Amino acid sequence: MSFAIASDRIDLERFRESLEDHRCGGVVFFEGRVRDHNDGRGVERLEYEVYRPLACSEGERVIAEARERWAFHRAACIHREGTLELGDMAVIVGVAAAHRDEAFKAARYIIDEIKVRLPIWKREHYLDGERSWVNCERCAHHGHQHSHA
Amino acid sequence: MKTVTVRYFAAFRDAAGVGSESVASNADTLRALFQECAKRHDALFEEQAALVAVNDQMADWEAGFASADEVLFFPPVAGG
Repeated sequence: MSFAIASDRIDLERFRESLEDHRCGGVVFFEGRVRDHNDGRGVERLEYEVYRPLACSEGERVIAEARERWAFHRAACIHREGTLELGDMAVIVGVAAAHRDEAFKAARYIIDEIKVRLPIWKREHYLDGERSWVNCERCAHHGHQHSHA
Repeated sequence: MKTVTVRYFAAFRDAAGVGSESVASNADTLRALFQECAKRHDALFEEQAALVAVNDQMADWEAGFASADEVLFFPPVAGG
């Protein structure tokens, strides 16, 4: 399985090992971390809710689509669920290819699609004690004002 | 009349006050079913940017559904 959901801290070393392949000269990693602010508000921690059956099947599908477009040898992605603190790794994508260009492009595609297609929801807990579900990604297409890096 | 199980996630579950329920409906499409459910809870459900799945397969809002299906309503997602 190249896509997985983790309810505990992601083991980076194991993840890197899963991408080892002597045919590959270029390996790209994207790591998404919990940030201390969003939309001008201070964030204390966040929770991810994941609907696993479909998150896993869609995640595998996204990686398969990338494989049809770019010639890489290995790709993997792990997304967290549960409560995360500032600086925690929320998601990691890794692609190993013979050359860097394919690895960069495929990694970019995988993270972009995963953010908008998988049934995963983020609830931010703010410094002022409030909390709310975040829906940045597709809001952009409907004219909402969200700043999202 | 078709009877289906409807499941709500994240913000939809909070708005509906339940995670799932049995719903009897004459709706032709998933969109119409969604609108009935929104009315039923008088909740701020908007299908704009939301996703729908049936029996663990992503589905189209204009698709139909059958009795005993499990319909999943997903609010706008925010992974990553």
